[in-house]
Amino acid sequence: MTIILNGEPREIAARALDAALAELGYGGAHVATAVNGDFVPRGARAGVELNDGDRLEVLAPLQGG
Amino acid sequence: MGFDRDELERYARHIVLHEIGGPGQQRIKAAKVLVIGAGGLGSPAILYLAAAGVGRIGIVDDDEVSLSNLQRQVLHHTDEVGEPKVASAARAVARLNPHVEVVTHDARLTPENADGIVAGYDMVLDGSDNFDTRYLVNRAAARAAKPLVFAAIGRWEGQVAVFDPAAGGPCYECIFPERPAPGLVPACAEAGVLGAMAGVVGAMQAVEAVKLIAQAGEPLRGRLMLYDALGAEARVIRVKPRADCPVCGDASRG
Repeated sequence: MTIILNGEPREIAARALDAALAELGYGGAHVATAVNGDFVPRGARAGVELNDGDRLEVLAPLQGG
Repeated sequence: MGFDRDELERYARHIVLHEIGGPGQQRIKAAKVLVIGAGGLGSPAILYLAAAGVGRIGIVDDDEVSLSNLQRQVLHHTDEVGEPKVASAARAVARLNPHVEVVTHDARLTPENADGIVAGYDMVLDGSDNFDTRYLVNRAAARAAKPLVFAAIGRWEGQVAVFDPAAGGPCYECIFPERPAPGLVPACAEAGVLGAMAGVVGAMQAVEAVKLIAQAGEPLRGRLMLYDALGAEARVIRVKPRADCPVCGDASRG
């Protein structure tokens, strides 16, 4: 299925958010996630299913000021 | 607290705004705002807060102005290289608006001094440049039940949010519960940062601060804005408080 990752279309096979992150190369990274504009905490990722066309934001923390 | 003739003229374009008006401008004059870091974010934020007539601006920074700062830190000038940033910042504010009182804290924010410094203000703006300070500021603001106008930048992008657990919103640790290992996320010195992008994001912090003070519009509370300068896009994600957040969740209330 195709999702929109940080504004860009991406093909993924995984449906669960935690598996999708691993497939997209974010496994183990300290990132924050949002699906269709709603933040999903790390502990809730396994229970969130992605659907075709969903918008996924993956945010790395920034430290600069 | 009234305004003299000069102040009425100086703030005329704010007073004429329906959402600010005389009462809002009075609140701005009465406000005490603490800015952590007089760098890429603090520079525009401090200048706009001073121009807006915030009564007292506290500035925390233990750094000195260096030549490589000047590409984005518009508070400081070439002839101030080598001076403490708080001194340079105080001079810039005094030139811009003599009605503003500046309190300089020429120190690094530490677990020992954070609560005492934050206690003197109504609101905190985080424009610091490292994760240790960011987690410290978030905890100190949450403990003091004061709103935190957060922003962070890197390369071509920035993040802005209002963290205000006392008003029912989430905090920084709701979103980023784990501090990245040292060296994992590059600092601006290693990765680079677009100067004007820092200006946009620091000015957004000033916008949110003035809105909160004047009680105008909808604050960026419970929302995080991502500004992607390279893609010329801004996206907003909605964030709820996390019940298991150690800073603002149920456990923190005992």
